Amino acid sequence: MPDVDVCGLVCPEPVLLVKRRIDALGEGAITVLADSEAARENIKRLATGKGWAVRIEEQDDKYLLTLTK
Amino acid sequence: MFNVKGKGLVTLTGLTIGALAIALMVAGNPKNMGLCIACFLRDIAGALGLHSAAPVQYVRPEIIGLVLGAFAAALATGSYRAMGGSSALTRFVLGFIGMIGFLVFLGCPLRMLLRMSAGDLNAWLALPGFAAGIAAGVWFINRGFTLGRATRQNNTHGYVFPTMMAALLALLVLGFPLLRASTEGPGSMHAPLLLSLGAGLLVGALAQRTRFCLVGPIRDLIMFRDSYLMFGMAGLFLAALAGNLIVGNFSAGFAGQPVAHTDGLWNFLGMALAGLCFTLVAGCPLRQLVSAAEGNTDSAVTILGVLVGAAFAHNFGLAASPAGASVNGQYAVVAGFILTLGIGFALSGARVLAKGRVTESA
Repeated sequence: MPDVDVCGLVCPEPVLLVKRRIDALGEGAITVLADSEAARENIKRLATGKGWAVRIEEQDDKYLLTLTK
Repeated sequence: MFNVKGKGLVTLTGLTIGALAIALMVAGNPKNMGLCIACFLRDIAGALGLHSAAPVQYVRPEIIGLVLGAFAAALATGSYRAMGGSSALTRFVLGFIGMIGFLVFLGCPLRMLLRMSAGDLNAWLALPGFAAGIAAGVWFINRGFTLGRATRQNNTHGYVFPTMMAALLALLVLGFPLLRASTEGPGSMHAPLLLSLGAGLLVGALAQRTRFCLVGPIRDLIMFRDSYLMFGMAGLFLAALAGNLIVGNFSAGFAGQPVAHTDGLWNFLGMALAGLCFTLVAGCPLRQLVSAAEGNTDSAVTILGVLVGAAFAHNFGLAASPAGASVNGQYAVVAGFILTLGIGFALSGARVLAKGRVTESA
């Protein structure tokens, strides 16, 4: 199970949910499952902007993002 | 931290839209309406006979091009995905109400920027209204407002909306006699078909790649201090401003602006209502068209709501005219606020959060 599942959600909800997790955690690792290019790119921009490293794997037609700091 | 490549492309998209809007105006589209999404959807509603306001009926090829360009870009880059099932009827209603707000102001955010760039000070008054509506939408979203998750659908469902647009283009090109076309007024003014279609295709493709939106810039700045989409909005305004100055279409003032009225309060409130509605459905009409082209059938339903909203606005005298906002339109905006705030409160807040917000992961 990913920590945050944003599949089926449109902006800004995916970014908001990931931001809340990032803010709560401070540092560590978070996995996010997204199913749209828009959510993938917006989450990537949020996370890198906050100094987290982002790794993206494609799974079927979804994206698993691993954020680490 | 600063994605130069990404911001460069979204800025270029804004510049392109602004420049094309001026070029289309020079080529025949109405003044300060070179590429107004709300106006053009209203004209399409008229062309299909959904309303009978004779001056605003024409199948605008810009809209068709925009959808087909975004559809092609989404297919080519593998980002096409048919999705749906996220509160379609509520989105329809929000699109409907938001469109009435647009038609009380006389334009969507794209036209608001075009009007601002031509010196129309009424539009400068609408901008804070639009921002206030978006801020209200953000307040709801931060309190847990959600229309719920969409689910993956068979790709065929996502092809329906682009096919509708392609069919409309075929009817236009073949000169289908039952399509209505204005002989006077804004609907009679249009650029050559191929230029309009080509501009739409280019804008659609660019907007699909950059997620260009005109609600997003203000929303993201408020929610996340994220300026990515603002680069696109600024680019649009600057290119249109430069274009208006070059072609001599800049004239600062309130009175006598093309297809505009000076009713400041209703310019403000109309755009505030629209800003709220389109924040709740997650994107301006242009973004809804692109999203529909990417396979999001909920966005397609939102556009249908916009089309029906345009029809009601003209059938029941809700749309403003250069003489000002109509009394019916003023009642409609107030009723629209009551309904939209009701939807906002019902779908957010402690009760929704306590029930386990559908957007939280298990």
